[in-house]
Amino acid sequence: MIEATLGRVMQDDRGRLLAALIARTGDFQRAEDALQEAAASALVHWGRAGVPASPTGWLLRAALRKAIDGYRRDTTLSRHRDAIAVLAEEEAADPDPQTIPDDRLRLIFTCCHPALEEKSRIALTLRSLCGLTTAQVAAVFLDAEPTMGQRLSRAKAKIAAARIPFTVPGAEDLPDRLNSVLTVVYLIYTAGYAQGPQIGIDLCTEAIFLARLLLQLAPDQPEVEAALALLLLTQARAAARIGPDGQSLPPIRQDRSLWNRAALDEGLALLDRAISRRAPGPFQLKAAIAALHSADGPPDWPQIAALYARLHDYEPTPVIALNHAVALAESGQLAQALAQVQALGAQLDGYQPFHAARADFLARIGDSASARPEYLRAIALAGSEADRSFLQARLSALK
Amino acid sequence: MKYMCLIYTDPNVTPPMGDSMNAAYFDLNRRMKEAGVMISGDALQPTRTATSLRKRGDKVETMDGPFAETREHLGGYYVIDCPDLDQALHWAAQIPGAAYGTVEVRPLVVFG
Amino acid sequence: MKYMLTLYAAPDAEPSPGTPEFDAMMGEYFGLEEKMKGVATFLAGEGLQPVQTATTLRKREGRVETMDGPFAETREHLGGFYLIEAADLDAALRFAAEIPAARYGSVEVRPVMEY
Repeated sequence: MIEATLGRVMQDDRGRLLAALIARTGDFQRAEDALQEAAASALVHWGRAGVPASPTGWLLRAALRKAIDGYRRDTTLSRHRDAIAVLAEEEAADPDPQTIPDDRLRLIFTCCHPALEEKSRIALTLRSLCGLTTAQVAAVFLDAEPTMGQRLSRAKAKIAAARIPFTVPGAEDLPDRLNSVLTVVYLIYTAGYAQGPQIGIDLCTEAIFLARLLLQLAPDQPEVEAALALLLLTQARAAARIGPDGQSLPPIRQDRSLWNRAALDEGLALLDRAISRRAPGPFQLKAAIAALHSADGPPDWPQIAALYARLHDYEPTPVIALNHAVALAESGQLAQALAQVQALGAQLDGYQPFHAARADFLARIGDSASARPEYLRAIALAGSEADRSFLQARLSALK
Repeated sequence: MKYMCLIYTDPNVTPPMGDSMNAAYFDLNRRMKEAGVMISGDALQPTRTATSLRKRGDKVETMDGPFAETREHLGGYYVIDCPDLDQALHWAAQIPGAAYGTVEVRPLVVFG
Repeated sequence: MKYMLTLYAAPDAEPSPGTPEFDAMMGEYFGLEEKMKGVATFLAGEGLQPVQTATTLRKREGRVETMDGPFAETREHLGGFYLIEAADLDAALRFAAEIPAARYGSVEVRPVMEY
């Protein structure tokens, strides 16, 4: 009972407590250690005297005391005198978690700092903001727990040693840094989309939680609105994306009665609000593409092609160039689409969708002889039986 | 906090600023000094002037050339004093070499 | 003439902090300036934090890209530098040979540009 309550508080409020402690100690590792010790001591104290009226407030005060203890135990005491004084004052003031400022926005910017490796950014965010345990984060990456523990420690050690600031970046750096944060959220979502819920963790839900948290902490940011819109528009179609025969279906062929109308409407409303702010960005383009795929009737391919072209200016990756080419082909501009994929061969040679798209374009212009080896290559690279059977059917249909 | 910015560039790549390169560095030096962040900075002579040295037992071995043969060579450095990594990266991004080479930013050890 | 001496060593080749060997090595570093008086003049010297604290940065078409880690992953890591004034390369090499890193790793000696 006590353990269940503590577990729930630590899952719901871990990010907020951790952020408040880092803001006060200026030290990620110390803050985390202090919170861990406070939780251990809660088991003892709450077991004896019952759960306090404000469990979160109790944990914060206990953690502040543990942090003071930690500084005192440290041999270089004189250097920490100021820190101890600040913490002692806070602790004496009997902090109420409802009145202390929410520092989670600073925390997420620190966790997603571009000076950290991308995998570490994702892991730190899941651990610190979503309250996943190290074991759960390890499971997400199919890593051993000690390996993930070391990765998290290395990241925190770099934050301290290189002095990565615990702060929301200024206006000049904000667009890039916000993009780094939103990319982490999006990568968490796509990992969940590919894996499905497992070991009790649904990464799609965690990503949507993070996007909603960002929207609450940084309102009026069109890219944040658009990122949440993108997740909701994708999530709305999740139940319909696999057909009864196990084949993955494009939105146009999905059973729309399975779509989540509420999520779709919320996503579209958020996207409208973002676009009305007239400060374009890559997530607005991605969400707009997702919205066009959800429209009634066939998708507006020329419009999708135009959006991919603009997205390519922000993110000049070969995969976006390929998606652009597919949209061009669907719009009837086959020659241009074919010329564009031709140029991507060197970068995307091991990428199944590249060969499938090229085969499809060649088949459409009636060049079956060239399309055939491309289909064979795509089939050889296909990751799922559904993709393989789809490609095999296209190959057999060649004249 | 002190940071070292190590500037690595490929000698075969012509800097986009060409002849105005020195001027670009002098301008950065001036702005760093005005902002009170610059502690020191130097440009190194080309790697063909480098000598590497090791001592094993009492024997000193010298070798012609730099420590490691990389495509991009260490060509210079700055030591700057900044409150945090973001500020350090902000200055590092303005180093002309960042536009055609690579800059490594690393905090320095505080002794004692 | 000004020379820059860059110090490279594998992290596991040097004595670990907390051992008497480490303290002896640090003692050598702190005494080097005094010891080399007459051979070369110490201008500056710094130790770098381990490569795990490094961030690399490039700017391409106006966009800044950052990456975790040092410029190059080598077995021996850049750990510090000296800037000295020496009459010639021989004097600079004599200074370099007395740096503990020369025993555990290697030291690169290069003249700096004078403007």
